[in-house]
Amino acid sequence: MDDLRELYQQVILDHNRNPRNFRELPNATKRVDGYNPLCGDHYTVFLEMDGDVIKDVGFTGNGCAISKSSASVMTTSVKGKHIAEAERMFETFHRLVTGEPAGLNEAELGRLAAFSGVSEFPARVKCATLAWHTLHNALQGEEEVVTTE
Amino acid sequence: MSTLTAAATAYDVERIRGDFPILGRDVHGKRLVYLDNAATTQKPRAVIDRIVRYYSEENSNVHRGVHMLSEVATAAYEASRTTVKRFLNARDEKEIVFTRGTTEGINLVAASWGRRHVKRDHEVLITAIEHHSNIVPWQLMCEETGAHLRVVPVNDAGEIVIEEFARLLGPRTKIAAFGHASNALGTINPVKRMTAMAHAAGAVVLIDGAQGVPHLNVDVQDLDCEFYAFSGHKVYGPTGIGVLYGKREVLEEMPPYQGGGDMILSVTFEKTTYNALPYKFEAGTPNIAGAIGLGTALEYVEAIGLPNVAAHEHDLLRYATALLKEIPGLRIIGNAAEKASVISFTLDGVHPHDIGTVLDQQGIAIRTGHHCAQPLMMRFNVPATGRASFGLYNTREEAEALVAGLHRTIEVFR
Repeated sequence: MDDLRELYQQVILDHNRNPRNFRELPNATKRVDGYNPLCGDHYTVFLEMDGDVIKDVGFTGNGCAISKSSASVMTTSVKGKHIAEAERMFETFHRLVTGEPAGLNEAELGRLAAFSGVSEFPARVKCATLAWHTLHNALQGEEEVVTTE
Repeated sequence: MSTLTAAATAYDVERIRGDFPILGRDVHGKRLVYLDNAATTQKPRAVIDRIVRYYSEENSNVHRGVHMLSEVATAAYEASRTTVKRFLNARDEKEIVFTRGTTEGINLVAASWGRRHVKRDHEVLITAIEHHSNIVPWQLMCEETGAHLRVVPVNDAGEIVIEEFARLLGPRTKIAAFGHASNALGTINPVKRMTAMAHAAGAVVLIDGAQGVPHLNVDVQDLDCEFYAFSGHKVYGPTGIGVLYGKREVLEEMPPYQGGGDMILSVTFEKTTYNALPYKFEAGTPNIAGAIGLGTALEYVEAIGLPNVAAHEHDLLRYATALLKEIPGLRIIGNAAEKASVISFTLDGVHPHDIGTVLDQQGIAIRTGHHCAQPLMMRFNVPATGRASFGLYNTREEAEALVAGLHRTIEVFR
């Protein structure tokens, strides 16, 4: 059960049970859907941008504990951050969950470190990164970016 | 009591397990408990050995050349066709077309039969519990022809609403396509009755037998369907091989599906004459080893006896269902009166993927997700389910291991 406890750390269980920023943003400037067609996970990420700064971020949708808690921790981590900073976090996070510790900045990780156990479960990497890929697309203005209002 | 003992000794599951090398291996340090048989089944040593023997001693192309190996390979390939014919109780080997699997069989019918017979404003009737492979080929065909797809709803137990099936069958219905058993819920459909109803309305019938052949006795003459498709790998045979049964007179007048070698009688640049059945539908070098392995797999199942397999699996289904129902927060999706040994379920507060990961750590393999039946998942308002599916080598102890695994899952997420 050790690998399991390592995967499902308290931070993950907590954010799965009580996801933060789990709401649509009334003043969203960007809204992007992220799907995992293989497993049916689906999230929508809402962004309210102030220039290049993420003023507010929210998400809605459904998926496993890993994908939902990852989306939740992501929102708490990138809120108030500059686009470049958020993108760097995604890179760091990606290295963490794919088990490439080279150049991993521990201090930068914060709560994201709770996902270190994912690297032992290759099938779950896509769960952990779904919301981040969605955020990345929203920030880059790629894919289907729908502006509300 | 004596009959119970007799039944128990007649079905020697431990001896059967000994026929499957993979069941002896460990996963994450635990003995493998394989409960993903609706996705694919494990292979008995007889099938593995037969494929090795083919490649070691008989490998050659079929229906070509006069050399000895070609004759041996052709004889083995065609002997498998005869085994399939017997297994399905078809009238004629010409009615047995080797395909890559169920999906290719359905695509073949949609493309070949559909292109010839389905026109604008005709209708194709399917049901709400179909696998994507019995939905998407028809959608593609409808887009091309301007025909319409009609869908028979299911009730809360996961059974086809037969009155709706009757209502939706009409003069425009050209073909009705439905599963023998549902991969996602286990529901066994009344296919003989549905076939008769469709025929009365003037429609042709295709049965998706991917989940039927491993569990149910199939007699295509008794069913009277025009087409029956299944996959080898779900009935203890290799992947990449399947069968499309078609009534001879229906196959005769269908155009070829793919062009190439083996499906022709003569080729000139002015005109090509197609080969006779079933070769007209077997363009290119077929999966020879796969077909031979499939024949061996069907013989293996025949030797145990499908009625014995069905009885064993039904016992596991009842036993596991009763145990699972005692787990707090567990909901079984699909409670049809007639079910194959498939149990789809959700657990309050735990997503199926997380269940799958926790069980995997205990060596237990189940399927999690939408089971290639997204419309059905929507019908039951769940994004995904966990699915345990039992095969002829599973045991009551393995059902108990599943239950213990689910209790540990609840502990992790409490």
